[in-house]
Amino acid sequence: MSAHRRQPIGMLLSAPYAVFIAAVFAYPLGLAVWISFHKYIFTAPGVDVPRPFVGIDNYTTVLSDPAVRRSFLNILVFLVINVPLTVGLALLLATALNAAVPFRTFFRVSFYVPYVTASVAVVGVWLFLFSSDGLVNQVLGSAAPNPSWLINEHWAMPSIAIYVTWKQLGFFILLYLAALQNVPKELYESAAVDGATKWRSFRSVTVPGVRPATTLVTLLAIITGANLFTEPYLLTNGGGPSGKSASPVLLMYQRGIEQGHPDTAAAIGVLLVIGVLIIAGGQRLLERRQA
Amino acid sequence: MTSTLPVGVSTDDRAGGGTRKRRPWGRIVGLSLGAIAFLFPFYYMIVGSLQQRSDTSLGGAFPKPGNVSLNNYHEINAAINLGRSLLNSAIFTAGVLVGTLVFGVLAGYALARLRYRGRGTLFAAMLLLQVIPFQLLVIPLYVQIVRSYGLADSYLGMILPFAINSVAVFVFRQFFLQLPDELFEAARIDGASELRVLRSIALPLVRPALLTATLLTFIGPWNEFLWPFLVTKQAGKQPLAVALANYISTVAAAATNPYGAILAGACVLAGPAVLLFLAFQRYFVSSDLGSGVKG
Repeated sequence: MSAHRRQPIGMLLSAPYAVFIAAVFAYPLGLAVWISFHKYIFTAPGVDVPRPFVGIDNYTTVLSDPAVRRSFLNILVFLVINVPLTVGLALLLATALNAAVPFRTFFRVSFYVPYVTASVAVVGVWLFLFSSDGLVNQVLGSAAPNPSWLINEHWAMPSIAIYVTWKQLGFFILLYLAALQNVPKELYESAAVDGATKWRSFRSVTVPGVRPATTLVTLLAIITGANLFTEPYLLTNGGGPSGKSASPVLLMYQRGIEQGHPDTAAAIGVLLVIGVLIIAGGQRLLERRQA
Repeated sequence: MTSTLPVGVSTDDRAGGGTRKRRPWGRIVGLSLGAIAFLFPFYYMIVGSLQQRSDTSLGGAFPKPGNVSLNNYHEINAAINLGRSLLNSAIFTAGVLVGTLVFGVLAGYALARLRYRGRGTLFAAMLLLQVIPFQLLVIPLYVQIVRSYGLADSYLGMILPFAINSVAVFVFRQFFLQLPDELFEAARIDGASELRVLRSIALPLVRPALLTATLLTFIGPWNEFLWPFLVTKQAGKQPLAVALANYISTVAAAATNPYGAILAGACVLAGPAVLLFLAFQRYFVSSDLGSGVKG
């Protein structure tokens, strides 16, 4: 085969996708940054208004807004609960599934069902389950929190974090199942020969064996958390009680589109991405040190 | 799935771990608890949608003959016109599927099998955009699509940001990469054009990839809430996820059995995605999607 023959038709075939990426990701990304440094208001199509450069004004507005600061803190609470729970449960269930167990397909399918279902639909049943006189509180009796979960300022954000863990877990189990196929069986066998317990071989063979997948799962869980919108909007009725479960994206929607300040909303978005990059970078650093 | 496609073989069905003779009871108990936690809310969703009067007691988890009716479905249908919203969801989803299956396949094929200027850049961009939170782009996309192009309350405005699913492009690329070179050489020596090679040789061999990508792409727009919520203000254009969310946040309180009506709407919204997934679940396996994690 002529190794260096070029096939320019490839450019033609991938042109629609390249244009799509440029128009729907690259350009808006640049526009978001641009808007965040300018005074920007919505106008009707074709209307030209001055949009002066305002430096970091939008950022100072956003950072001095207690509601926005609170929303970033809320996301940290979310991540602290959601990420370890996701990594731990997904790896445990994937390991349990990665063996000859009866009804394997049934288990696998049941774990994926929440992931393929619309959050709007599942939120409906969670509202029902966790309402003040809902089934969960009926089971708990006097141990139920008062006010109930979703309207309790201490429990609202943890409830959302647990909901999202439950909803997304299937996808992460899927990623871990793929990674587990790459852990050499011989390692388990030699661990067994050395008399390692099941827990011990999980700790010293499985966990290090799937480390690249853990990095990916952590990163994706962080990005999912940063994107949080539907759940605080519907589950806790717009980030309530008193903003204790508001997310940055919910604030972006309220400030940008409801109140018509796309410039400050864009600044929230840019800060959010910087935050994700910092957390993701810090997590990688931590993992390198452990490895 | 054919054995010529290592990546298409469901590694999920291969047992790993120990080879002990006795039944792994610990695993079975753990997996069963998991299955109950994952499935019970769906069971409860159906039971609740059929309750004439909302019953949150423990006994309410089992349907009672005297309390079963389809009233909730009538109530939600009167409030949000299920047929119309389902049609809107279907059009939105179909648009994204067509875009992905046409342009995504072309891009996946080019990225896997052709050498040309810009291929590396495109592949890098594809991987990079996986880590950009989509919601960051919501404000500029809203400015562009709704304000500049005036595409509010239009299917095109809904579809555009999702038109080609990048994960599907990645899946296509992985599958095309697995095909043997000789196949393509032979066809090209016979003088077949690239498009013909793709259509008559490559595509039939990656049918599992098409099904995996279809399933994966379907759940995106069908379940999406934020973007269509921003684009559609007219009830007649809202997909079911948006219409139901509006019902939950504003209208439900006025209904006689608000939870019942919400759960009936939830069943209608969840139904198509869950049934499609159950029918094609064997294509939704780790080896197809997780190929990026391996190595």
